[in-house]
Amino acid sequence: MAVPGGLFAVYKPAGVAWGRVRGAVETALLRELNAAPGRPPRQHVRFLPAPDGTTGLVAARVPVLADHPLVRGPRFRRLKIGAGHRLDTKASGVFVLGIGHGNKLLTHLYNCHLTKVYTVGGLFGKATDDFSDTGNLVEKTTFDHITREKLERIVAVIQGTNHKALLMYSNIDMKTQEAYELAVKGLIRPMGKSPPIITAIRCLQFALPEFQLEIHCLHETQQYLRKIVHEIGLELKSSAVCTQVRRIRDGVFTLDDALLRTQWNLQSIRNAIWDCQLKVKTELEKTLGHQDKSLLPKMAAEMAHAADG
Amino acid sequence: MALWARQGSRWCGLLKAARAAEFPRSLRDRSSTAQACRGFAPLALPPSRNDVLLWRRQGYRHVSVGSCSPPDSAKDGSFSSESNLPSPVEQEQAKAETLPDLNAKILYEDWDDIPPSSALEEISEEEAVQIIAEPLLPLQSSTLRDYVDHSETLAKLVHLGVDLSQVEKRQKAGQLLLTLDFEKDIRKILLFLKDVGIEDNQLGPFLTKNPYILAEDLEALETRVAYLKSKKFGKAEIAQMVSRAPYLLLFSVERLDNRLGFFKNELGLSVKKTKDLVIRLPRLLTGKLEPVKENLQVCQIELGFQPNEIQQIMFRTPKILTASKKRLKQTFDYLHNIMGIPHHMLTRFPQVFNSKLLRIKERHMFLMFLGRAQYDPAQPSYISLDQLVSLPDEVFCTEIAKASMQDFEKFLKTL
Repeated sequence: MAVPGGLFAVYKPAGVAWGRVRGAVETALLRELNAAPGRPPRQHVRFLPAPDGTTGLVAARVPVLADHPLVRGPRFRRLKIGAGHRLDTKASGVFVLGIGHGNKLLTHLYNCHLTKVYTVGGLFGKATDDFSDTGNLVEKTTFDHITREKLERIVAVIQGTNHKALLMYSNIDMKTQEAYELAVKGLIRPMGKSPPIITAIRCLQFALPEFQLEIHCLHETQQYLRKIVHEIGLELKSSAVCTQVRRIRDGVFTLDDALLRTQWNLQSIRNAIWDCQLKVKTELEKTLGHQDKSLLPKMAAEMAHAADG
Repeated sequence: MALWARQGSRWCGLLKAARAAEFPRSLRDRSSTAQACRGFAPLALPPSRNDVLLWRRQGYRHVSVGSCSPPDSAKDGSFSSESNLPSPVEQEQAKAETLPDLNAKILYEDWDDIPPSSALEEISEEEAVQIIAEPLLPLQSSTLRDYVDHSETLAKLVHLGVDLSQVEKRQKAGQLLLTLDFEKDIRKILLFLKDVGIEDNQLGPFLTKNPYILAEDLEALETRVAYLKSKKFGKAEIAQMVSRAPYLLLFSVERLDNRLGFFKNELGLSVKKTKDLVIRLPRLLTGKLEPVKENLQVCQIELGFQPNEIQQIMFRTPKILTASKKRLKQTFDYLHNIMGIPHHMLTRFPQVFNSKLLRIKERHMFLMFLGRAQYDPAQPSYISLDQLVSLPDEVFCTEIAKASMQDFEKFLKTL
């Protein structure tokens, strides 16, 4: 049975480290791959005593015992599974994994610097040392004065400052035709390293003391998003902790593509790879295509290879 | 090396040429000899019953022997390099004569006695079967794979169902299996295990887990079984215990006695109940006792169970005794502090401690979301803890949560 190759997304539960998630997927795949019947054992010629009891020897082909499954051991012992943008232990959500040739695609996907979408839950009135609700309490504040309008005003300010940073780090002269064309395609974003940048942020829910934000961002860490919540609390002359960080989209992978813990098996992963293949390909061509034309044929070959495998 | 050279295939000139190239440096530096040898080798390649060629080969044998004793060959080399001999054959001969090596002389005599064999000589069928045209067995190897085709013992063990790929990972188990003989050492142990009551198809997995029993003294094993019988364990119970905890029979009688006493005292159970406990989970007897003590302390001090509650919990689910204490604490924290389940309920359903925390969390959150999280038996629409954790996902959704599987999956993606 062939090892699948390509990219797929799983839903990482909160409270589990990403390494454990990858390990669990690997174990599940290995179990199924090794359960499938392997190659038949080699044969070698041996001279055996004649079966009818007469003297003399009969040549016979017998299977080589060294190829017996109990001697050889499992066929696959480990798989190369790479992880996309990480999620820390407390965060949950879409988590991209790549098997086999998918590992190369992961690199290309990283070079695309696609945005990710998070929903972030916050709770006013508390501050902790690590900005999450499970940390050590630092202070308690009042929050009765906060209204939805005040929150949205702060949110708009954050988006404005980040937009300026976005233009600065994208390294494009805004007064050129090139900048216009990129802007039409929606491709203005930093193509190298940059500090975390929020491209869009809005308030989904507001019910004191809780609120929920949707944040589109790139080059972020989950801890940065928790810090944003903390700073929003401070700006509103109160304090806030982050109750939940959940990624609902990572580049081209959405929540619907993500496989739940119960679906981590060979068939579902094959299907998921198949379903996402086209999306990944078009996205890579769209983003990397205008940058470097020479990269494309190589990438197309890799994609085709991944499809075969 | 010398031995190998004597036994090795007699007609393979090429191989010898390779050996000649490996002469000690003193010889090679003078270069004339080594080169002569290399030039000579192809001559000897086509094997025939030519007397001259045979004699040449004699000369060659000495070269290969000489190459194994460096001081001799060095002397030899210095000699040959200075004399400017016309033909390489003569050179070899000269060398053969000057070899002062005693081994070589013996070899020389041997060579005269035995009529030389050739590739074209007809041999009987019996002899033909004896010839093994395969590479020699490696002297050391990290895996039993190299030996399994040549060892009858290993082959029989594989047919019995022993997973050699697992056994070879164990310390010294591979060496042990290689030194044993099936008829002499293994058969009696297998018969003994069958007497104890292990099923035929279980013998393979049993030996996979515990290959060391094959090296154990039969009398000692019989004493241990006799001890278990004296403690009024039935025959079927002993069979079950031994097959579930393969290392049980490696424990000496005193140790077994100590351990039975330990569980009786620590848990304060009666003799009959202790027996029942170890029959259900015999690995308690073979495992370490330290984690068991720690778990009992955790239950009493950190989780705050009463001694009689602990006794009840441990008797019903002995697996908790060997569970990880960190997991135990996390699960209890969630059940007691977040789901608000009191101690006496947990004592009634101790099996919740064996299920995964993530599973409890997911299901509890889903029930909370639906407004059905009601774990108090006194109130209507009560959901028992057993139902919460033990049912499979589909049954849980339809029977307990009264929702569809799709809804549950969608809900899980919002956590």
